Amino acid sequence: MSAVIDSGHAHDHEHHPSGIMRWITTTNHKDIGTLYLWFSFTMFLVGGTLALGIRAELFKPGLQLWHPEFFNQLTTMHGLIMVFGAIMPAFVGFANWQVPMMIGAPDMAFARLNNWSFWLLPVAATLLVSSFFVPGGATAAGWTIYAPLSTQMGPGMDLAIFALHIMGASSIMGSINIVTTILNMRAPGMTMMRMPLFVWTWLITAYLLIAVMPVLAGAITMLLTDRHFGTSFFNAAGGGDPVMFQHIFWFFGHPEVYIMILPGFGIISQVIPAFSRKPLFGYSSMVYATASIAILSFIVWAHHMFTVGMPTAGILFFMYATVLIAVPTGVKVFNWLATMWRGSMSFETPMLFAVGFIFVFTMGGFTGLILAIMPIDIQLQDTYYVVAHFHYVLVAGSLFSLFAGFYFWVPKWTGRMYDEKLGKWHFWLSMIFFNVTFFPMHFLGLAGMPRRIPDYALQFAEFNEIASIGAFGFGLSQILFLWIILKVTVLGRGEKAGQRPWEGADTLEWTHLPSPAPYHSFHEQPVVK
Amino acid sequence: MMKRMVEAVCAGLLILPGAAQAAYQWNLPSPVTYIAGEIYELHLVMMGIILVIFVGVFGVMFYSIYAHRKSVGHKAEHFHENTTVEIVWTVVPFLVLIGMAWPATKTILNLKDTTSPDITIKATGYQWKWGYDYLKGEGEGIGFLSNLATPQDQIVGSTPKGEHYLLEVDNPLVVPVNRKVRVLLTANDVIHSWMVPAFGVKQDAIPGFVRDTWFRADKEGTYRGQCVELCGKDHGFMPIVVEVVSAEKYAAWVGEQKKKMAAAADDPNKKWNLADLRAQGEKVFAANCVACHQVNGQGVKGAFPALDGSPLVNGPRGRHIDIVLNGKQGTAMAPFGKQLSDTDVAAVITYERNAWSNKTGDVIQPSEIKAARK
Repeated sequence: MSAVIDSGHAHDHEHHPSGIMRWITTTNHKDIGTLYLWFSFTMFLVGGTLALGIRAELFKPGLQLWHPEFFNQLTTMHGLIMVFGAIMPAFVGFANWQVPMMIGAPDMAFARLNNWSFWLLPVAATLLVSSFFVPGGATAAGWTIYAPLSTQMGPGMDLAIFALHIMGASSIMGSINIVTTILNMRAPGMTMMRMPLFVWTWLITAYLLIAVMPVLAGAITMLLTDRHFGTSFFNAAGGGDPVMFQHIFWFFGHPEVYIMILPGFGIISQVIPAFSRKPLFGYSSMVYATASIAILSFIVWAHHMFTVGMPTAGILFFMYATVLIAVPTGVKVFNWLATMWRGSMSFETPMLFAVGFIFVFTMGGFTGLILAIMPIDIQLQDTYYVVAHFHYVLVAGSLFSLFAGFYFWVPKWTGRMYDEKLGKWHFWLSMIFFNVTFFPMHFLGLAGMPRRIPDYALQFAEFNEIASIGAFGFGLSQILFLWIILKVTVLGRGEKAGQRPWEGADTLEWTHLPSPAPYHSFHEQPVVK
Repeated sequence: MMKRMVEAVCAGLLILPGAAQAAYQWNLPSPVTYIAGEIYELHLVMMGIILVIFVGVFGVMFYSIYAHRKSVGHKAEHFHENTTVEIVWTVVPFLVLIGMAWPATKTILNLKDTTSPDITIKATGYQWKWGYDYLKGEGEGIGFLSNLATPQDQIVGSTPKGEHYLLEVDNPLVVPVNRKVRVLLTANDVIHSWMVPAFGVKQDAIPGFVRDTWFRADKEGTYRGQCVELCGKDHGFMPIVVEVVSAEKYAAWVGEQKKKMAAAADDPNKKWNLADLRAQGEKVFAANCVACHQVNGQGVKGAFPALDGSPLVNGPRGRHIDIVLNGKQGTAMAPFGKQLSDTDVAAVITYERNAWSNKTGDVIQPSEIKAARK
């Protein structure tokens, strides 16, 4: 419909305000995607800096750099910023750029809502980061903000609560936009079961977000009223229950961790076939596996709480449900391998990150299985083993899939190839330093080192030293990534990319759009056969 | 037999790179309870299964990466979708998982069984120390607080760190060997968690609720653990030390504790003078208050209020007594009335009112505290 109107004004298409106003007023999915990606990368660097603050203190036993209360602020804010500021918005950035192009739509369904979803984020981030400077500093109750510790915190906690509310609103609006776009704006012939897997995983993720962000909003609102208005939701003295906070939080929190990995699965499912020059093995079972993981994510939350003292029946239920998740996750890994099998593989940077993802993410999956077995979890809950586990799935999982996606699609976004040599360096440095940082944490956890402590017993010294060295290596490797990004985007250096630089890539953005993709793409809907 | 083999293989793999240095610990600590032993074996068996899957899956992947590359001229085949294969790799892992969960179920039933204990002890989490009360069995009536014993100098690095740095306390929990000890857990302020890895025990201590766990240590010795639930500033500084002793030694320890308690039982009607009470108060302050309010009484700006020059401390004594006894809701200020004796509360208040630049000259007698508790 709009295609008819647009075609009469073809010369007008690139017209938009210039300078800062272009970005503030933009309703273009590509501009907004870019904003999301830059925002999330900035937050990634901020959160990373906090992580280095943590690892610097833990390099040696004893208190050297920070007071314990500031150390707790560092761990808390590192978690909040990485989860809500870096990983989640980065995937929304990918959705903005890719979903319309991959389904043959001209833009997102609600263009202005899209602008609003993004511009809420810098506001929220400002609230969150500025909480370091209020009396008492930022919240130091951990990213899980368990009551009643969080009711003890100073005004920094309130700022964090408001920031989370705003980010939640942004996520919900973004998700509604994505669901509407996918369900209504697919090109003729693109049935649901012909959608690229990245689109499928985002559709399912968006439903998860709509389902659980309000639950988080409820939990933190109750926290807020407990803090200021004398309610006792989580205060036993007033008839409340501190453990109820954990149930509500993890009812949000477990689907949340899949929100951070499912779009990553989607990216990997695009990259692996493209560089294996072979169609994805078992497309439909991949779709069903993703849906199964999403559904199961609602009934496993209490495995984060095996040590609160649940009844035996509860423990058994949550343990069985949790190990069940290994089935669809295994199906995904097996399908990726079967896709690679007897393909014609080449290993440019996106493929390196995708294969690296499968390797390290699976290790995170294995430790997840260990933690799911409740008696073993009794030993490992709240130790560094858990820290190792969730960094294997969040850094090696989500982050590496984001890296793979960036290198895969940046030729389409900018019309230029990234620096392949530096990209490979980025991969190997990230991969090695990641493992140097987090692998020793498994041993620390097994030996009983609690997480979130600023100082530790001497028996933990060696592995902490290794982990800290790895962390600084990993952090510095991301400066290289910043340079790679700047080079191919802002500076516009690198050889020109053709319409389809990856010979195995066969989704619409590669087959129908030039590189760089025009500001307004698909004036006329493509027909998918 | 199978378990032994798995154990040997895993131990071999794990020890290999670290054999040169003893400080690296690669696995769970050696178990001293039946449950911890079961967990230890469960973990090894799981690791064995995982290792087999790992080698299988990544063997295939790396072979494929080696053989099916474009650069070696491998041409892509175009097969995809195979329902039989999909069913196989759904059902087989499912069966493997049942094999993993089954032995775990037995252990869970075992570790949740806290019935018929020989001794029952209540452990209370405070910000930031543990309190122990022997409720039932031999030693009934004993109660004490257990504080970190590592001196501040070692933490800030002005003196070398001792062998049990951060894992040592002034009053360890003492229990007899081969007796079933049930531990009831609760907390005074926020959630804490009581962990002793060698016993395979970890249980959150939740304010306002009582949870329980149990252990039966089969070897004498000193076993150490830490609080494992983030509980604020000094979360990293509230260790747990349990001494497991023979029945005879335990009986002797109980006798000694009872005597000590009788001697220490304070007489709330005793009249104290300012100097003595102030000296006693300084000790109480150092053990309970410095973590937040600091040695110089200045607190931590924005987080913990200063006592030096505070209008509350220099104001009417009633409000001062009230806040020390009952705490302040919604802040880290705990109700110390539950932890301290009348004499100690009186002493610490007297100290605060006559320390630093505070010069009220007030002497708060224990009898006054006793009256205020009602």
